[in-house]
Order: sequence, then structure tokens, then C-alpha cells
Amino acid sequence: MFDWYFFGLLMSNGILIGLMYSLIALGFVLVYKATDAINFAQGEFVMIAGFLVAVALGLYGAPLWLAVGVGLAAMIGFGFGLERVVLRPLIGRPVVAVIMATIGLSAVLRGFGPLVWGAETRPLPLPISDEPIVWGPLFVPPIQILGAVVSLLFLAAFGWFFLKSRKGIAMRAVADNQQVAMAMGINVERYFGLAWAMAGVVSALGGIVWGSLLGVDVHLALVGFKVFPVVILGGLDSIPGAILGGLIVGLVENVAAGYIDPHVGGGTKDFAPYLLMIIALMVRPYGIFGKPTIERV
Amino acid sequence: MIHRESGILKTTYEADMALYPLPIARWTVAAIAAFMFLVLPLSVHEYWLSIVNIVSIATVGALGLNILVGYTGQISIGHGAFMSVGAYTAANFAVRLGFPFWLSLPLGGLMAAAVGAVVGIPSLRIKGLYLAIATLAGQLIIEWTINHVTFISGGVQASIEVPRPELFGYKIASQRQMYFFLLIFVVLALVATLNLVRSRIGRAFIAIRDHDIAAEIIGINIFRYKLLAFAISSFYAGVTGVLYTYYLGIANYEQYQITTSIDYLAMIIIGGLGSVLGSVFGAIFVTLLPILIRFAMEAFGGLLFSEAAVRNIIPNLRLILFGMLIIFFLVVEPEGLNRLWRNIRSYFRVWPFAY
Repeated sequence: MFDWYFFGLLMSNGILIGLMYSLIALGFVLVYKATDAINFAQGEFVMIAGFLVAVALGLYGAPLWLAVGVGLAAMIGFGFGLERVVLRPLIGRPVVAVIMATIGLSAVLRGFGPLVWGAETRPLPLPISDEPIVWGPLFVPPIQILGAVVSLLFLAAFGWFFLKSRKGIAMRAVADNQQVAMAMGINVERYFGLAWAMAGVVSALGGIVWGSLLGVDVHLALVGFKVFPVVILGGLDSIPGAILGGLIVGLVENVAAGYIDPHVGGGTKDFAPYLLMIIALMVRPYGIFGKPTIERV
Repeated sequence: MIHRESGILKTTYEADMALYPLPIARWTVAAIAAFMFLVLPLSVHEYWLSIVNIVSIATVGALGLNILVGYTGQISIGHGAFMSVGAYTAANFAVRLGFPFWLSLPLGGLMAAAVGAVVGIPSLRIKGLYLAIATLAGQLIIEWTINHVTFISGGVQASIEVPRPELFGYKIASQRQMYFFLLIFVVLALVATLNLVRSRIGRAFIAIRDHDIAAEIIGINIFRYKLLAFAISSFYAGVTGVLYTYYLGIANYEQYQITTSIDYLAMIIIGGLGSVLGSVFGAIFVTLLPILIRFAMEAFGGLLFSEAAVRNIIPNLRLILFGMLIIFFLVVEPEGLNRLWRNIRSYFRVWPFAY
């Protein structure tokens, strides 16, 4: 007998978690869309933001709005600074160089967080209850709903930004062809910095939501590993793709974990999305909404 | 190496591609060989030899990864996993069937080569970022498989103890004996790589790195050579895993996680992409870095921090320095330590004159 109740529980959980993945993937997509750079340190961005907010709340007893403000401001500054110091000198270099630079950056951040703020797990308390909301046969923790709402809001906001606003259109122009954009009078380097700062903002929110769900320590950076299946499935440069990819990954990993974990002793959650991603890479490497690239000699 | 090279005129292509670029290079190589085989092992303490041993193992792996990344221009974040494939294959053969090391070692390498070629299949359709992510997926999937399939991992804590390697009934147990054992493989790997990259295959690799579509148009079979690069590189990785297993006496997946893959990528970037000597430099540098940090912190860290703080600082400081070095070399000196070495050489070439 198929257990519909169990299945529904897995599905609802998968959708909410998936939207929270979308939020982190959005940071990745923003950077890739505007600068063609790949950020392997997205998970570490989230971790550092989580640390900043948790430390401001816990150690200095700052009110929540101030802690969030500090987190956002610090991540914006960090995004601009990072672009200036690390990424700008690498413009025009092979893609391997950018990949390795962000991998190096992720090592730096992973060492920096625990070095400054200690290795123990810090709580990141948000003023919402821990009691799961019971809704018919389903029950969901409020933090996941908050995460999903924040994700959807931001996805909508960035969707509007890229479609309608002047800066967003300029950023798309930069992404499309840097030389032509420059000739049209767009300050390309400033938009590169802006893209990284926007990734910082998204990571700060991701850090708050995920940090509140999991607690803040170095393992928070592991959410970054989920970004890759999400963006590959959805398409690297597509915001709707980030939503859809996040939903697919959230659903697949929850359903797979629910049905396969009891037979193999755990770990399916980390494994199933990557298997799906490999298949996607073979069949449709540019993703569901991504644009295929044509290469010429 | 530092030679005076006046009066040497190369008139043929063969002479330019020769293994020894100058006649005197034979003597340099002989001197280095004498130092490595006689002076070093007989003069230093076993503890220092154990560090040299780890460098030796890393050198083999770095050479292999450099063939793939530096010469063929593909990327792999899955080399740690290929090492674990070699390690577990050899350990299973050695323990279950009682194979001696000279059989289980190539078997481990071949198995890693097969797995590496399979992981490399996506490289035919995708490249750059996509390939990095595909190999990352390979790393995670192989790690998961080894960890969860008890047939491979031997069950308890996913580790298998292996017997010490034996040669002509002579057991290799001490660090000094291990040193000679590993040195042989380093020499083999070095000579094989040097010869590979100046052969037809090596030139095909370099053509693919420089522009793969152009390479295909001039008649290089991309399918074959990309997979070959993955297979050869993974073979080296597998052998590295086997050597490390025999060195430690145990095969354990924790030695071959994603951080290992990144360590090896760091080696070839810091050492110099597309350079045999650079791989050696990188292996030495990256292996010594944590040891130096530990020494420095144990000697001076106590003056500034409490003991518990020092224990927290050492691994994190290593990560930070490590990442900063990768970024530094990428931004400032993309050709790595090998380039610095060449600069020093070319300075002394005409010394004491300016030019």
C-alpha cells in the first residue's frame, strides 16, 4: 500500500527546502549572468554571513534589525572588495583560473570563520516560534516557510530588476557582450562589482535563513554543494531556472532520502541530486532555461 | 638546472625535443640521482625521511593531475576519488587474494584509469565550468559509493588494513626502506611524464588545451585523446592512492575526500601548470606548508595564544594561507613556482653581466 501521507510530507518538505536552495543558487546565477564568473565559494559566502549575524546577535546582543543590517552591509562591502582584488585581475583568463581562484577563496573563508569566531556551533535565533505549523495532515516548521517566502520575494525582485530596471538592463548587456556594452558607455567594471555585491546580499539572507535552520558553524558552507545541481538543472544564467532547479533538487533529494535511505543507511540526500545532475549534463548541459553557447574557432 | 649553454647549437628538431636539453644535463641528473639515492637517505633522521616520503607520493599525484589540467586543459575536481579507487582496489586484491604489491599496484592504477575515463566522458560534450562540476559530482558519487558498499570498503569504518609490501622476500617496513620504495616510483613517474609530453600524444594534448576545436580540425581525434588524458591522469592518481595505502598500511576513504582533490589542484597551480618541474615544486611546497605552520605555531604560538587557541589556529591558518597562496599565484604569477625558478636561472645565465 502506497503511503500517501508519507509521500505528501516528503513533497511539502522538499518544496520548502527547494525554495531555500533557490535563494542560494540565485547568488550564483547573479554572478554568472553578469560577469561569466563562477563562484565556487557560494556556500562559504552563506557561512560567513551566518557567522556575522549570529555573532552580532549572540555575542554583542544587538537587536535583530541591526544584526541583519550589519550582515547585509558587510556582505555588500565584501562583494565589492572581492571583485576589485581577486576577480578583476582574472578577467580574460581561462575559466579554470576563475574556478581555482574561487576555490582558493572558499578555503580562505572556511578557515577565517572558525579562526575568528570559534569552531563551536552558534545558534541564530529568529523571533519566530519553533512549533511546527500543522496544516491538515502536513506539518512544517515556520522557519522553512519564512525561508521559502524570502526566496520567492527575492526571486521576484531580481526578476523585475533584470527585466525592467535600467541597471538590470545594463547588467544584461554586460553579460551579453562586454566589449559592445563598453562601447555603449556602460561602466563594465562597476557592474561587475555590483553583481558580486548583489550575490553578497542574497548570501546574507541565505545565511540568516539557513543559519537559523541548521545553526552556524563551518558545516553551513556545505549547502554550497547543493548549488551546483540546482543551477545546472535550471540553467546557469536563468533566474526562473534557479527556482525550478531548486524545487527539483529539493523534491528529488527528499523523496530519494525518504525511500532509499532506510535501505542503504543514509547519505542519499547528498548523492541523488548529483546523479540527476550528471544525467542533465549529458542530455541538456545548458539546463532547462539556459542558453546554449555556440563556439567558433 | 643552471648550466652555461654557449656553443651549443641545435640543428634538428629531434635535438630540440631531446630528453636532455644540453649534454651537461646528464651530469646534473646524475648528481641529483646520487644525492637522492645515497646522500639524503643515509644522512638524515627517519622523521625527515617520512616527510620526504609524503612529498614523493604527492609528486606522483601532482604529475598525473598536471597531465590533465596543465597539458590537456581539462579540469578535474575528482582526483581524490580516483586515488581512493586505486587505494581500495589494491587493498582488496592484497587482502582478499593475497596479491603482492607489484600486482595490486598496477591493478589499482588500471581500475582508477577506467573509472577516470568514465568520469571524463562528459568532457566530450562540456568543458570548463561544466566539466569542473561534473568531476565534482564524480568525486561525491565515488566517495558515497565506497562509503556505502561494504563489498568495496570492508565494512567497519570503511577502511582496510594492508600488509607491508614485500620485494624478493624482503619486507619494506621502516621509513628508510619506504623511501627507496617510493623514490623508484617517483623516478618512473617523472621519466614517463617527461617522455609522454614530448611524444605525439603529448603534442595532441597540448593542441587540445590550446584550442580543442582547432585541434579537431587539424585531425586530432578529440574523443580518443581527451579520454586518454583522463585515463592516464587517473592512472597516476590511482598509483598515488595505492602508494599512500601501502605507506600508511591502511586504505581509508577519509584520506581521499574533496579537500585532497583541491590540495592537488593547488599543487599544480602553485608549482606551475603544464610543467613537470612545477609539479615537483608544487608537491614539495603544499606538503611542507602545513608542517611549517605547525612548527611555527608550536614554537611561537604559545607566546601569543593559549594552548587551546593554538589547536584551533593551526588547521584554520593552514586553510587561509593555502587559499591565499592559490589566489596569489593565479593573480600575480600564473605560471607558478616554475616561472620563478626560470627567472632565477635566466638571471644567472649571464651572470655577472647584465645581458
